Amino acid sequence: MAEKSNILFERPEALLPVQNTYCPGCAHGIVNRLVAEAIDALGIEGKTIGIAPVGCSVTSYNFYACDMIQAAHGRAPAVATGVKRVLPDHVVFSYQGDGDLASIGMAETVHAATRGEKITVIFINNAIYGMTGGQMAPTSLPNQTTQTSPYGRDVTTAGFPIRVCELLSTLDGVAYAERVTVDTPKNVRKAKKAIEKAFTYQIDGVGYSIIEVVATCPTNWGFTPQGAFHWMRDNMLPYYPLGVYKDVKADGYKDIYEAAAARAAECPLVNKEGDR
Amino acid sequence: MSEKVLMKGNEALAESAIRAGCRYFFGYPITPQTELAAYMAKRMPKENGVYLQAESEVAAINMVYGAAATGARTMTSSSSPGISLKAEGISYLVGADLPAVIINVQRGGPGLGGIQPSQSDYWQATRAMGHGDSHLVVYAPSTVQEMADYVYHAFDIADKYRTPVMILADGMLGQMMEPVVLPERKTEFIEKPWAACGHDNKRPHNVVNSLYLMADDLERLNIERFERYAEIKATEQRSESFLCDDAEIVVVAFGASARIARTAVKRARENGIKVGLIRPISLWPFPERAIERTMDTAKAYLSVEMNMGQMVDDVRLVVNGRRPVEFFGHTGGVIPTPVEVYIQIENLAEKVGA
Repeated sequence: MAEKSNILFERPEALLPVQNTYCPGCAHGIVNRLVAEAIDALGIEGKTIGIAPVGCSVTSYNFYACDMIQAAHGRAPAVATGVKRVLPDHVVFSYQGDGDLASIGMAETVHAATRGEKITVIFINNAIYGMTGGQMAPTSLPNQTTQTSPYGRDVTTAGFPIRVCELLSTLDGVAYAERVTVDTPKNVRKAKKAIEKAFTYQIDGVGYSIIEVVATCPTNWGFTPQGAFHWMRDNMLPYYPLGVYKDVKADGYKDIYEAAAARAAECPLVNKEGDR
Repeated sequence: MSEKVLMKGNEALAESAIRAGCRYFFGYPITPQTELAAYMAKRMPKENGVYLQAESEVAAINMVYGAAATGARTMTSSSSPGISLKAEGISYLVGADLPAVIINVQRGGPGLGGIQPSQSDYWQATRAMGHGDSHLVVYAPSTVQEMADYVYHAFDIADKYRTPVMILADGMLGQMMEPVVLPERKTEFIEKPWAACGHDNKRPHNVVNSLYLMADDLERLNIERFERYAEIKATEQRSESFLCDDAEIVVVAFGASARIARTAVKRARENGIKVGLIRPISLWPFPERAIERTMDTAKAYLSVEMNMGQMVDDVRLVVNGRRPVEFFGHTGGVIPTPVEVYIQIENLAEKVGA
């Protein structure tokens, strides 16, 4: 036996040694792990509270080692708000899918963001409702075939997909919004960096942060895991381009308050003396 | 020592909640609970607490869910249409065994209804506040003093039994001013080892959850919860009995309508009718024992309510066919008058030979 083992890969401490409930090849497993790695890297497990959504990651409260709260469908940002207002020195994240975040929970999403809640939202966008068996999601692409758009999403009747990062980046409360994916080791590393940065912004009180992960659903899309990534690269990434949509610090501001005041510099009330 | 102050019912609810240790209030504007939220907005910053105007009733109750999950004392308030929106969150509070206080300053319904006082959410509060096998403790104050007393008590009951508690008031009680002695500030609170407030690397993680995918698990948890409900039914029934010792006619009324019924009962007594009043204060658990105690002398019961007849169901369940149970009420924001109730008492007395 070697004196010193050189560990190259192990389970993050913030992930419990339990079997997850995701389908083989699902990207949730990768992203759950990245969140846990970020919690480990920042040493914040003891003061982190995670909010689990309704959807495929509903039982993620069993996977994370930090304290966890399961929320009603779409309500995770409101629940996270309640937690954060009681425990402002703690780290609060929600982990939500596209149906949860961008359909039933859109009001909670937009308002938590515009309030500038110091929370981090991890958003899995795989353009489908996975848990219930593959229905059309608010992010399903035009002409995408699903169980409830069997002839393809007809934008004249079902409307257009919601581009969450683009939408939220217009709000003053948002400090950091980035869209990433996890199809290659390089992109996984980028996603990990983004998640860590989002947590750091929360800890530093910069503002609300959201990381949108463009992901796959091999089971409901009807592809192999690699086939699903091919379909995602071919169809989703042109519609949902990767990149940073808002970063108030990169824009040269300390936090959302400074950035918002600068944006509305012409408004005397916003920039009243004695305010922040 | 506490002094008597003149306050609106809605303000007394707010101040007493603060004195009970509530520092986290989440609400959404609606008439006729307006003064409560306005009072919280003014007072909470001075108490290092949080007043947050949510984007909706749905969001507000879920903020309460989050704050309650951390172990904090937290509250929301609304009125009838807004309470319907909170139903989802209340069911989740029940399912996750979270303590919280919900105020319903009722107005007329259904739908947008009106803004005048009503008691037409009795069924909703006591029968079907959320989906699933669920109950919540419901208190119905009938004075501004009781608004203060019962919201204070509600936080203790919520913590003790890990259940949401509702104060079912109405627009009349919320808006009226009366002298009130406010409770002392609460300084000692029970431990909440189940709270999801960060484990600080000192314990395994806590999970606040209402999902149980195995049927056997969910059934077992529901049975356990109903054992707690049985304990609540056994120990937490609250009511006031007024002139009931020899009462042949027993009027049953709660909240604002009990104030009117009391005047009518006094008048009927002056005219020689042996009538009394049972005033349920806990609507769930319903004060079955207080009604049962009147069975020896009672010849008939009269439920007086500001709705189309809802609590009368509970009176009939207790009486169980042994005596006639009648109903009188107004709805839609119309308030019954003492004279109307008096006439009902007189007619009923004549009918049953009391």
